[in-house]
Amino acid sequence: MSQTTSIAVHNGQAFATGDWGDLDVERFRSEVLNAVVKGGRIAALFAQPRGDGAFRLMAAVAQDSQSVLRVLATSVESEYPALAPLCPQAHWFEREIREQHGILPAGHPWLKPVRFPRRGGSGAAAVASPPPAVCGLADFFQMNGAEIHEVAVGPVHAGIIEPGHFRFQCQGETVYHLEISLGYQHRGVEAALAGGPNRRTIHYIETLAGDTTIGHAIAHCRAIESLSHTRVPPRAQVIRGIALELERVANHVGDLGALAGDVGFLPTMSYCGRIRGDVLNMTALLCGNRFGRGLVRPGGVAFDLDDPAVTELARRARTVAKDAAVAVNLLWNSPSVMGRFERTGSLAADLCRQIGLVGVPARASGIGHDVRQDFPFGIFRFAQIPVSTWDSGDVFGRAYVRWLEVQRSLAFVIDQLKALPPGAVLQPVGPLAPASSVITLAEGWRGEICHVAATDADSRFAWYKVVDPSFHNWFGLAIALRNQQISDFPLCNKSFNLSYCGHDL
Amino acid sequence: MLEILKARLQQGYRTTRYPAGPAPDLPPRFAGRPAIDSGKCRQGCDRCAQVCPTRAIQFDLAARKLRLDSGRCLFCRECERACEPGAITFTREHRLASSTRQALVVTDRAALPPAGIDARLQRLLGRALRLRQVSAGGCNACEADTNVLGTVGWDLGRFGIQFVASPRHADGLLITGPVTENMRSALKETYHAVPAPKIVIAVGACAISGGPYADHVEVHNGAAAVVPVDLYVPGCPPHPLTILHALLAAIGVE
Repeated sequence: MSQTTSIAVHNGQAFATGDWGDLDVERFRSEVLNAVVKGGRIAALFAQPRGDGAFRLMAAVAQDSQSVLRVLATSVESEYPALAPLCPQAHWFEREIREQHGILPAGHPWLKPVRFPRRGGSGAAAVASPPPAVCGLADFFQMNGAEIHEVAVGPVHAGIIEPGHFRFQCQGETVYHLEISLGYQHRGVEAALAGGPNRRTIHYIETLAGDTTIGHAIAHCRAIESLSHTRVPPRAQVIRGIALELERVANHVGDLGALAGDVGFLPTMSYCGRIRGDVLNMTALLCGNRFGRGLVRPGGVAFDLDDPAVTELARRARTVAKDAAVAVNLLWNSPSVMGRFERTGSLAADLCRQIGLVGVPARASGIGHDVRQDFPFGIFRFAQIPVSTWDSGDVFGRAYVRWLEVQRSLAFVIDQLKALPPGAVLQPVGPLAPASSVITLAEGWRGEICHVAATDADSRFAWYKVVDPSFHNWFGLAIALRNQQISDFPLCNKSFNLSYCGHDL
Repeated sequence: MLEILKARLQQGYRTTRYPAGPAPDLPPRFAGRPAIDSGKCRQGCDRCAQVCPTRAIQFDLAARKLRLDSGRCLFCRECERACEPGAITFTREHRLASSTRQALVVTDRAALPPAGIDARLQRLLGRALRLRQVSAGGCNACEADTNVLGTVGWDLGRFGIQFVASPRHADGLLITGPVTENMRSALKETYHAVPAPKIVIAVGACAISGGPYADHVEVHNGAAAVVPVDLYVPGCPPHPLTILHALLAAIGVE
């Protein structure tokens, strides 16, 4: 018999897998749509095989104002009425569901593959229409008419950057539509995580998006700790928080430099490139690796900080704060920079909400969502970092929010280093609870990271779902490019700086 | 304008003097080239191999020697922690590059691997190297620490080494990532677009062996499955100093 209610859980609260419930499809749809209308945001929407040829369709809707995630599920066989026509946030998720399992979200406007995986779906619909064999080989949304032309870029780009394909529909210099086709980095992470945890698990997590090693490792370890009822020592929580904010500072400073480079303003580009390296070296002081590999482990952190290291980190944090202020403030005082940043690639707050943007692009459009505040975890339950927002929604907004966050994160790091709690940094982790699920959110430097895990009867991962912030935000970049000059693409792209590997998994 | 000049003064001159002067400080917890002492190994305990995420460690039963493949190694130090007698340790040696796949395997008192490329190729390339970078499933860490060499801190240009936008302008490729099936044909085409003679440098555990993604059906276990590789640079990711050493070795400066 179908259950008729859905439950709400906190960030990182384990629950019996049966509690996802089993609503009928119509009820499932109306609950998701209602939650979104009331300001909810789809944190995850995915399907998993039930073992009998049918699938469970599951959704986690984040209700920021109440700090809870509404979890709900339904059963589908080969198709269900799509959510996307009424709820654009679901658009990318439903394309993934179609491609991973062959389920047809009927009425979806654009069911193109998002990753072009080698392992196709197992459902009847997947067998009937298998995904294309070659990545990127599919129809693109096209515009017709006199003087319309199409520009194709990638997968191999001009700089040292990951691969993706961008298809612009232009008239003259103006871009009317941009379609982003990804999947080139697909290496089968989610499929490989099932059956874990094992000795490779943490390395998959740390390389999901290599520039977000700490963010993803925190989301993953919190899932393990919740499922195994492990209490992370306070000292480890603080070290994790410091590492997470250093990751944010390093990437934001690097992005501000790259944005300067894209408008030909070389002083800030040069200084920020160097300062970013200085911050990565601070992370290396924690664990030996500039990206934080090997630091965050289930149960805490693998490396403690001794007093000289604390003093040295605080000294370097103050130096970085000073150097970055001089380098970055040049941007806001240079008319040639501001002329390119302002009113380029603008997104209105309402549109951001509709398409479900997270992280810097959302905050730059005035949406005050930040997991550290809305779903506080670890040290952020005790030490709050003010949420940084701006209201212009353009390249300037996304740059300026980054700069606000750099300053606030550095202040946090300096503050936390003053009073590290004593004690151990690593707690042994026991076996995971069987037949349980957990959803963890963390605010990575790009935005909300969501991991959803479920264990089987033997306490292994039955499945493991990862939603990188880029999964929400790539579509936002495409929309931001509308009615912009094609020459502004690099600048807009850099102002989002999304992950290819984090999306492609 | 005055502000820009003031900022320039404040930031100072920050390019490393390496290789003429000392190398930039490596962090105290840096994991460099592994060292092996089979004499300390409690033979048959196998704990190091059991904790290794990428099957980089083997115990050669016939020779009774440990072998650690630095081309598979993620430098996670799990083996070092697992081995109580200390038969495996990670040194602070940053020079890891090798021109042969075989020499990446570390054994007892193994000499540093040869990092110079084929002498004829090196003569033809001269003292300048233009590279096209291709990420084929890389996680953006190898890419980022290659990119950093272009910043003022390292100033790669002073060695005559430059990353270029088109393979047609390049002397070779620097490849990162395990080579996903979805990037295989793009990588191949990029390789063919580089005029011969050309050099291929594989950077990071993924590009050498598939790294953590080894044996996934979605990947090809590294660049060598698709194109011939001249130089291997281990690490996950390699430190910028390790990558710089490899690039300098390729043009015969080191």
